[in-house]
This record gives sequence, structure tokens and C-alpha cells, in this order.
Amino acid sequence: MTAALRFDPIRLPPECEQLRKEVRAFLAEEIAAGTFSPFKPNREDTDVPEFSRKVGAKGWLGMTWPKKYGGQERSFLERYVVTEEMRVANAPTRRFFVADRQSGPVLLKYAPEHIKMEILPRICRGEICFAIGMSEPNSGSDLFAAKTRATKTDGGYLINGTKIWTSSAHIADYMIAIFRTSPPAKENRRHGLTQFLVRMKQPGIQVNPIGQITGQYEFNEVVFTDFFVPEDHVLGEVDGAWKQATSELAYERSGPERFLETYYVLTELVRAVGPNPDTRSAEGIGRLVAQLHTMRRMSVSVAGMLQAGKEPVVEASIVKDIGTVWEQQLPHRVRDLAAFVEETATNRETLERQLDFAIKTAPKLTIQGGTTEVLRGIIARGLGLR
Amino acid sequence: MAESDNIVVEIAEKIFADLADPQTINNDKKNSWQAPLWQALSEAGLPLSWVPDDLGGSGASLADGFALLNAAGRFAVAVPLAETMLAGWLLAQANIASPEGEMTVLPASPKDRITIDADGLLSGRARGVPFAKAAKRFAVLAHGKDSVSIALVDASKGRIESGLNVGYDHSDTVTLDKVQAVTIKAAPKGVDQTTLMLMGGVARSLQIAGALESMLGISVRYSNERVAFEKKISKFQAVQHNLARLAGESAAALAAATSAADAIANATSFNDEVYLEAASAKIRCAEAAEKGGGIAHQVHGAIGFTIEHILHRYSLRALAWRDDFGSESYWAVELGKLVARRGADELWPLVASR
Repeated sequence: MTAALRFDPIRLPPECEQLRKEVRAFLAEEIAAGTFSPFKPNREDTDVPEFSRKVGAKGWLGMTWPKKYGGQERSFLERYVVTEEMRVANAPTRRFFVADRQSGPVLLKYAPEHIKMEILPRICRGEICFAIGMSEPNSGSDLFAAKTRATKTDGGYLINGTKIWTSSAHIADYMIAIFRTSPPAKENRRHGLTQFLVRMKQPGIQVNPIGQITGQYEFNEVVFTDFFVPEDHVLGEVDGAWKQATSELAYERSGPERFLETYYVLTELVRAVGPNPDTRSAEGIGRLVAQLHTMRRMSVSVAGMLQAGKEPVVEASIVKDIGTVWEQQLPHRVRDLAAFVEETATNRETLERQLDFAIKTAPKLTIQGGTTEVLRGIIARGLGLR
Repeated sequence: MAESDNIVVEIAEKIFADLADPQTINNDKKNSWQAPLWQALSEAGLPLSWVPDDLGGSGASLADGFALLNAAGRFAVAVPLAETMLAGWLLAQANIASPEGEMTVLPASPKDRITIDADGLLSGRARGVPFAKAAKRFAVLAHGKDSVSIALVDASKGRIESGLNVGYDHSDTVTLDKVQAVTIKAAPKGVDQTTLMLMGGVARSLQIAGALESMLGISVRYSNERVAFEKKISKFQAVQHNLARLAGESAAALAAATSAADAIANATSFNDEVYLEAASAKIRCAEAAEKGGGIAHQVHGAIGFTIEHILHRYSLRALAWRDDFGSESYWAVELGKLVARRGADELWPLVASR
């Protein structure tokens, strides 16, 4: 069983290094042009449509997808590099990231051809935004408890119920959601859920924003009232969404976005302590860098497994567990270490502003995309304990 | 790395399985296992893995040698295999042939310094030298006025004060007082005390990772056997979550150590990127030894705290290995200084360099 926990030390191939340079140059230009500001974490501008279209024009969306759908047929490792650089630069990826990471791959696998041809090229051009409709009031991590019904009607389904905690629903053009098409079977609680493609901004759907403790608005409540979804918008097997959803989790759980969300405070700390840190600062920074480096090596290794066509569900869960706990603690460790930073440090105000925001962000990091407890359950299953 | 396609590791694992079974060793109060194990390892040429054929070794690659150390960690073997390998590697850097028999390296701490005087005599004190008492010879890295030398020294020429590390293995203080070396040569450019400490640190990292892998294995097995409150303890969610964390620490240690080993095996010099890999491995593996070992003991309860149980062979040794060739605090300070010196905007390029 321990053989399953190998993380081979793969190296990013040369084409990734070239790509990394291109992405860095592009981001530097966009920052210089004022498209976004990496040092304004409490920004209102997390949604920047023009930035999405520029990233699409570069060929950096749907990078691994077939060319006939607008993709580039490049490797997961190349996509990995683009994700890393965007995240480290604090680029406004909200509008395209969900579609690029998850929704597009789901459509590729399960949507009928005419829908693929219609939607995927638009994702690649950075024109459209996706949301994911999973949680419901009182369901949360317990997806089996989802109640929102999809009832068969002429030519499709009628949807009634409420999704909640849906990031980006207020700007999304589409949502991929799971709805209940049958009651759970006694012998199989996982039975009865179906995945649907939902066109937003139609009659019968209402989006209510929910404020967050960071001061931002990303979450929404989405209420469906006799909302019609046509037959050909069913994704995959009716009543069989659970299996579909779990096999895709490795994509969601191992990427660099799972340990880099509060990374900016570490860079700012290094800037604040200057070239000759005291022993305490040096040790603190050294430990954080060693931990970061280790997680990144694990994450790159999982990207290599995905590239090789494997489904490293347990490995990805380990990366997300360790990664999110780390990025959650990071602002607090940086706060400890910054306590004695000289008043004269030129970036002191920036560091304090960033810490304020990162500390408010931190509580969500171990919740989104699978809670710590759910992940540890998956790892325990992989160890043969369940 | 349980099943290996590596011939060196295959041979080693066979020897360990036959002659280094942890339970047998743990029961043997007379240590009569040591001689046959060392003899079998020597006959297979493993202690001199990193020494080329023409210098008396078996000429395995750096990568194979590192994989061998990981396997040794999985068995928590308590013979100077890693130490002799490091000594042979150091001597080979200066083109000095390795003799047969147990060796170790001086210094074993980055803060200790052996010096060489105008007459070529070696002096200095090295603390925490693993297996110095068992060694027939020392490979010594020594500093002259403006030079670094590598020397082969007869162990009988040094004064040895015995000590035990937290894992009950020999960790001794060696004092050299104007000692004449058997052979002494200039170290090649790029090989200095930091290089030796990084190599030693990565060797220890692989051993710690191996020990954690075994701790995970025996902890999972035990949790599936032990019944409490009328259930196997593996069925309790709290235990499952602890074991999931242990799996994470074990995986992180192995990932950090194998990545560093791969970096060194493919490097042309110990540049900043290799430094990051090697220092990070020692820091992260030491942290994993503390966290992971703690969980393994928690899962085992009181039985794992007894001398009869084999858990301590792994847990205490993993904790002890943290101290050799620079502790995690030492490397964290040094790595932190390196990062600060390079500046904030160079941190990400360094981390993302491979």
C-alpha cells in the first residue's frame, strides 16, 4: 500500500521553461499596463474580462484540449506552469479558471458533439465564465444529501431547488451542476444524482450574492424555479454523477492553486526583512521555503501522473491536505516573523495590508474543494482502513 | 519504493530481509547480528557503492546509492553503511582509494572544523560523528590557510569519546591532535564543507523517509489488528485521520528526499537550486520525523513505548538522524539567509527552477 504514495521527482521539460518566460513577460506587461495590480489584494477587480480574453488569445486556456475545440494539445505540465505563474502574480483568473480546470474537461468527456463545438472554443478564447453547482443548503460536503430536483418533462427537465456557496454564479454564463433525478437507493446512497449543463441568465433562475468575511463577493445562492434544461444538456449517465465527479477530483486537488493562495505574504516578508535578516527571521523563512518547495515538488509529481494518464486520487488528496493547511497557516507564521520587522522597511504598509487580507482569506482554504476531513477520509481509504 | 527495479536496491533488500529483520535484531541483546550483516553488505560491495572501480569500490551511480540508503532507512539498519558510503564518496572526490572496512566522515556537523597545518598535520574536534567507534578509518575534510583537503586517516590516530544518540547508536566525539594522514590530497573545486554537509544531509533525509514509510506500514497494520471498544481501532475516524496525516508526512519526506537525491545525481555543481533541494529535504524530513513519529507512537499506544516493540527502532533513529550533518534549525537559518540575500523577487524563480 505504501507503494501508492510515491512521488517521483519529475522535472519540468525544457518547453515549460520557455513557456514560463513567456507567461512572466506577459504578466509583467499587463501589470505595467494597469490591467491588474498584484499588490492590491483587497481588490474589487477579481473579475477582469479583458484579461481573460488576452490569456485566451495567448493560447493559455484549454491548453491540453484537442485543437478542433480550440485547444492547443499541449501537456499538463505546460498548463501547470501557466497556472503557477498566474497564481504567484495574483492575476485575476476568476473569470476563466473554473472553466479551464474543471468545466471544460467535464464537457470534453460527457457533452454531445454539437455542445462541445459551441462552447469549448469560447472557453479557449476567454469569453465565458463557469460556475460549479454542488453544495446546497444543509448539504455542503455531504453531496448525497443534495435535494434540488430535476423532473423529466417534454424535451428535457424542470429544475426546482437551491444551490449555495456557488462561486462566480453572479458573473457566470454557464453552470455545471448536479441535480437529483431519482431518490437515493437503499443499497447505494450515491445513486440518483445527474450532472447537467445549465445556461445562466435564463428565466427561472435567480442569483443572490452572499458577502464574505474578506469583504469580497464571490459566493452566491442560486434559486431554480421551474427552470428548463433541455435533454441534450445532460452530462454523462443519468443517476450516475457521483462516479463521474470523483474521478475528476485529482485535477481539482493537486494543482499549485492549492498551496499558493496566500503566497504573496511570504514574498513581502522577504522584502521586509531585507538582505541581512536576524536569525529568527532567517530560520522562519527557511522553514517556510523548505515546506513550500516540498509541496511544489509533490504537486509537480502529481501533474506528471496526470500527464501519464493515471488517476492519482490519494496522492492529490495528500497534496491538497498538506497544501491547504500550509497556506492557511502561512499568513499567521508571516505575522509572527514580521513582528520585529523594522519600522523603516519600505514595504511595511503593503505587508500589513496583505496580511490583513490573507488572514481573512485563510479560514476558507481548508474548506473549498473538499474539506480537510473529507480528504483525510479519502487518504484513509487509500491506506485500506475503510 | 517498496518494489524496486533497481538491482542495487534489490540486492540490498534481500540482505536486509535475511539478516536485518528488525524484530530479530531487537530480540538479540548480544548484537550478534552485526558481523554477518556487515559481511554480507561488504561482499556485495554496497558500503563502497559510490567509489569507482579503479579506487576499490563498486562504482554504482549516485542515484543507485541514494536509493540504497532509502532502503536502509526502511529497515532502520544500525551499521555504518551510510557513513562508509559517504566516506568513500568524499575520498573519491580527491581520487583517494577506499580501503575495506567500516569508515565514517569528519566533520559531521557544519559548525566543527578540522584544520591542516603547514606540515600537513590534521587537528580539530568533530562532535556527533556517527559510528566513529566502529570505524577503522576516517575520511576527513580539512581546511588549510587557503585550501581544502581530503584525507584518509587511521581511526586509531584519533581520540574518541563515546557517546550515544537519541536512537542508541554510536555518535562520538573525535579529536585529532596533529595527526598524520595515510593519504591527503587537495579537494577539487566546488567540494567543501558545505558540499559534504549537503550530501550527508540528503543521505539522512532518505533514511528518515525510509523509516517513516516503515512506521506508516506497521502503524496501519497494527490499527487493523488492535481492537478497542469492540472495534478495530482502524475503524475510528480519529485514528484514520491521524494515519492519513502520517501518510502525508511520510509522502512529503520521501518526495523531498528523492527530489534532492535526483537533483544531486544530475547536477554539475552544488548551485543555489541544488542547495534549495538538499537543505529543504533535511528540514522537511526532520519535521516529518517529529510529526510522523509522534503519530506512529500515538496509534501504537503503550505497546509502542516498550523496548520489546520494534517501533522505536524507526522512530528514535529518525529523530536522531535529524541532528547529523546539520539540524533542521541550522539549515533553515542558512536557507533563509540565502533567500534573503537573493531578494524577494528571486524567491519564486528559485522555487520554480525545476
